[in-house]
Parts: sequence; structure tokens; C-alpha cells
Amino acid sequence: MATRELEVAVRVRDRAAVIDLRGDLNASAETALRDAYVEASSGGTDSVVLNFAGADYINSSGIALIVGLLAQARTHGVEVSACGLSDHYREIFEITRLSDFMTIVDNEDGAVTGAEGRKDA
Amino acid sequence: MAAVTRSFRSRLGRRDRETGSENAGAETAAATPEVAEVDIAPNDPLLGYFQGASGAVDIESLDLDSAALRELKAAGVKLAVPLVSQGELIGVLNLGPRLSEQDYSSDDRKLLDNLAAQAAPALRVGQLVREQEAEAATRQRFEQELEVARLIQQNFLPKELPDLPGWQVAALYRPAREVGGDFYDVIPLPDGRVGFVVGDVTDKGVPAALVMSATRSVLRASAQRLIEPGEVLERVNEHLCPDMPEKMFVTCLYGVLDPESGHLRFANAGHDLPYVKTTTGVVELRARGMPLGLMPGMHYEEKEAVLAPGDSVLLHSDGVVEAHDPDRDMFGFPRLKETVADAPGGQELIDRVLSDLEAFTGPDTEQEDDITMVTLERSGGGSPVPTGNGSVLADFELASEPGGEREAIARLERAVAGVGLGEARLERLKTAVAEATMNAMEHGSEYRADRPVSIRVLHSADRLRVRVTDRGGAGEPSPAEEPDLEAKLEGRQKPRGWGLFLIEKMVDETRVTSSEGEHTLELAVRLEGGDDGDS
Repeated sequence: MATRELEVAVRVRDRAAVIDLRGDLNASAETALRDAYVEASSGGTDSVVLNFAGADYINSSGIALIVGLLAQARTHGVEVSACGLSDHYREIFEITRLSDFMTIVDNEDGAVTGAEGRKDA
Repeated sequence: MAAVTRSFRSRLGRRDRETGSENAGAETAAATPEVAEVDIAPNDPLLGYFQGASGAVDIESLDLDSAALRELKAAGVKLAVPLVSQGELIGVLNLGPRLSEQDYSSDDRKLLDNLAAQAAPALRVGQLVREQEAEAATRQRFEQELEVARLIQQNFLPKELPDLPGWQVAALYRPAREVGGDFYDVIPLPDGRVGFVVGDVTDKGVPAALVMSATRSVLRASAQRLIEPGEVLERVNEHLCPDMPEKMFVTCLYGVLDPESGHLRFANAGHDLPYVKTTTGVVELRARGMPLGLMPGMHYEEKEAVLAPGDSVLLHSDGVVEAHDPDRDMFGFPRLKETVADAPGGQELIDRVLSDLEAFTGPDTEQEDDITMVTLERSGGGSPVPTGNGSVLADFELASEPGGEREAIARLERAVAGVGLGEARLERLKTAVAEATMNAMEHGSEYRADRPVSIRVLHSADRLRVRVTDRGGAGEPSPAEEPDLEAKLEGRQKPRGWGLFLIEKMVDETRVTSSEGEHTLELAVRLEGGDDGDS
């Protein structure tokens, strides 16, 4: 299984920007993810949704990138949520306590509409 | 020859004026009073004259520049009969004037010559017997003292080995002489931990034994207070340095075992590396450090290994590997490693090493150096753990390059397909192996083409193990700071540093072993029930 470079797309839904992640979230995804965040947060959105449905591999370098993104969002007062995580990566988000700092929902709709951000839908 | 160069003492019989009796002769004069002794200095010409004389020597007519001769004349000696045995002057028979006050006749001289010819060998035998008796007495005294020293040293060794549940501990101490410079010790520590020591003082015999006893005492005292093996060796080194005789030093391996978890923390002061036998092979336990007593201010690297059920450790002294065969070839580390690989652990391992050693050196050869061995074996807890015969599901090498871990987990997934690992557990293992492989490729092998990373997947009755080995040598990842997300978000910690943390969380056991230029991280997942597979 070869690595699959991360492809990123940004969509705006209501007042949230959705970042679709496809491929491997590893060290080489740094630029793509940073550009996506800049694009997502530039339009005056107050929340960013990371859609992991197409990301089938996340390693520790990828976790570090998410931490970096989260830190940036906090300074901007932007709320971050995540959707589309497999059970395994949801567990990793819990072990690393990322889930304490971002709302984790099953699907994109929950993330966009749920200002209340129920963790377990 | 020795007697000639020594100062030669000649006994003189002196005429007793009261009784008119006269005694003549060397040793026979002992019972009579007034025996004067004349010393003949080693460089006195009289000595050479006596040695070369063919019979009785007329003292009065002898003309030599000799102090001893003047003394003999003054003492009234008329005739001297040299006693020569095998060319060596061993005594002189000195005679005063005849009682008849006539001169000695030629018959007298013949009689004396015959007497001397027979007396000399007898006297020589007597002298030898006496010398040997004296030597034997001295030797016996030394032997008694050595025996006492041996008993004292035996008392320094543990009288019994600890009874640790789930562990078999065995030891052997065999000095090359009565007393030796090797030692071992087993030190009970707080919290149920146990310290294990094997040491070796340069040299053998009494000097080494004295240094050994000092080292052992300081080590015992320091171990109780300090626990951490590196600190203990540092302290012992500081104590030994000021008083260590020149050209002497002590090599020493000190490990602290937590019998509950199987963690063995160890530090090494220049001692031969212990061997650990696991289900997958034999590796050395490496940690850097200078021998004790050479230089103050030394630091001792500390390492840790985890001993799984079925694993065993051999601590040994150089008397094993440095034993020679009749062609002067050394037994050497590879042979010892082979024996460790072939033999079970515990006492059986010690017995096997001894028999292999004897087969190598040949029977009845004198042991060259002290031999010490200590073995620790962790028994298989609960279900029997196969030693060394778990099946290999995969064994492959990957080039060290960014992203190389993806290939590792793809092959892992194929290899364990038949093991029956649940979905969630498989995903966790994949993450752990990916992280371990990334670490190995990046930090160990530094993404170098000539340093591939090898991965072995092993399946035994109760465990699935993955061993990830890099060729980094010194490039071992430093123990990770526990990642704290809050600190990372606030910029007090770097965003990175999740690798080892994830590995620890994803598998049941991890263990690090290092040997020459290699560094292995073993990840193990317990298989429920033990029949959860195809073994």
C-alpha cells in the first residue's frame, strides 16, 4: 500500500467552512492542510469542520498537524469540529484528548447544524 | 651453588680445659658446650679452597688472605675436613690438636677422608629434609590463611538465592584459585524489587579478593539508598577511586528487576554484556560505562529491558568467553551466545555453559580465570509459553524512506489475516507498527538507503509480536516527553511527539532491546484464551 497524498477541498455551508480531507494525513500533508485552513477561515466563518470521511490513514505527524490547526483556530476564536472519523481514529482522538478540544460528530450535517455539538449522535 | 654464595657458617669444637675432652666436628658438636662458630663470608677465598680440596686440609700450614682462616687458626683448629656433596660444600669438619698432642698421621687423614665421603651425602639428606619441613610448615600456614580467606569470601556471596514467584534464579561462582576477584550479589530492595550484580576485579587471588570485598560492601550500601542502577555505579565508583591500587579496576553489571512487571533496569561499568534470550532470539543488553575505580566523575548509562514470560537472562564474567582450548583459541562470545540460544534458562543454562566450556578447553585443564554466572528466567505465567518456537508469520526488510510505514502495515495486515485478531485490535496494532516503523526509519536509520528496517511478525500461543529493528546504533529515539495537548495548544510543547505515546496506548506490551548497531522495538498483543489462532 503506497502513500496517498492528501487532497483537500474547502466548501462553505451556512456559516461553517467544511474541509474535505482525502488521502493520507501525514507529514507531507502540512502545506495542503495549512492552505486549506487559511482559505476556510478567511471568509468570516466562525466554525471549521474537518471531514475525515476520505482520510483512511492518519499518523502521529498528522495528529501534530491537527494540533497545530486547532491551536491556530483557538487564537482566531474559530470553533473546530470533526466528522467522518472511523471508530479507530475516533479512539485515537479520545486517547490524545483532541476530542476535548473539538466537537466530534458522525457526519457533516451534524457538524454544520449542531452548534450544540452533541458528541455522540 | 646457593650455599656457596650464602655466608657459610662453620662450627668449631673447642677444647674444654677442665675435662681435657675435645670435640671435633660440625653437626655432632651440637650437644657439647662451648661451640664457637666461624662464619665464612661468601667472598672469602677459603670457601673456594675448601670446595676444591681433595681431602683434609692442614690449617696451620695454609697460607691464604682469609679472615675465616685467621679465625680458625685463632680457635686452635689444626685440621679441616671439607664435606662436599655433588660438588657443593655443605659443611666442614674442624679438628683441634690430637689428644695425644702428636700430629695427625696419614692414617688419621685417610680415616677422616673416608668419614667425610660418607658423612657428606648423609648430611646433605638431613639438610634437605629439614629445609623441606620448614617449607612445608610455611606452606601449611599460608594454606590455612587462604582457607580462612576463602571461607570469608564465600560468606560475601549470597547464602541463598531469592525465591521470586514466577522467576527462577540460579548462580555459579568458581574461582580459579582459592579466592577470586569475581563476585555476584543479589540485593533485596524496597517495593519487592531485586538488585542483581556480577563483577570482576582485574587480577586473581588475594589482591583481587580484597578489592572484591570492598566493592561488594560499597555496592550493597549504595544499592539500598539509590536504587537507580546508573546512580549506584556512579556512587560506587566515587568510593573506590581514591583507594584503588594502581592498575586495578572492577567491571560490574548492575540490574534492578521488578519481578511483577519483568522490567529490568541496568547499568554497566565495562562488564561483559549479559545475554537475553527471548522467543525470537538472543540479544545483548547494552549500556555504556567505564570500569569502576579508574577515574572519578564517571556517568553510567541506564537502559531497560522487559522480560516476557519464557525469557531468560545470563549475566557472566569473562572467565567464560576468555577460556582457551589447547590451540589457544578463545571460547568467545559467539559460542556463548549459541549456547544461550540452544539451552533452556536457569540452572540448566549454567550447566550447559559449563559442559560446553569443558568440551572446548579439554578435560583436566586448569581453569584460567574465575567463572561467575547468574541466570534469571521468567516462567511462563498461566498458559505455557513456548520458548523459541513461536511461528514466524512474516519477516521482511523495507527501505528507510518517508512513508515507508504504509508498506509495513499493508504487509502486517496480510501476515496476520489468519490469526483472528478483531477489527479494533488489528487497527490498533497497525497504528502501533506504523509509528514504530516511522521512528525506526526516521530516527534510527535516518532515512538512509543502506539502513533498511526489518520487521518480523511472530505468533505464539498467547501473543502476537511484531519486532521492528533499525540499524541506527546510536540513533535511538530519546524517551518521549508525555504529550500534553493543552500545553501543545498553548505553545508550551511542540505539536509533535505523539509517536511513542500512541504505541504505548495501542498494544499490550512494548520492549526495547539493543545490540551491536541494532535497535529493536517489540510490540506485543495478547491473544485472548490462547486458542485464538491457528497455533
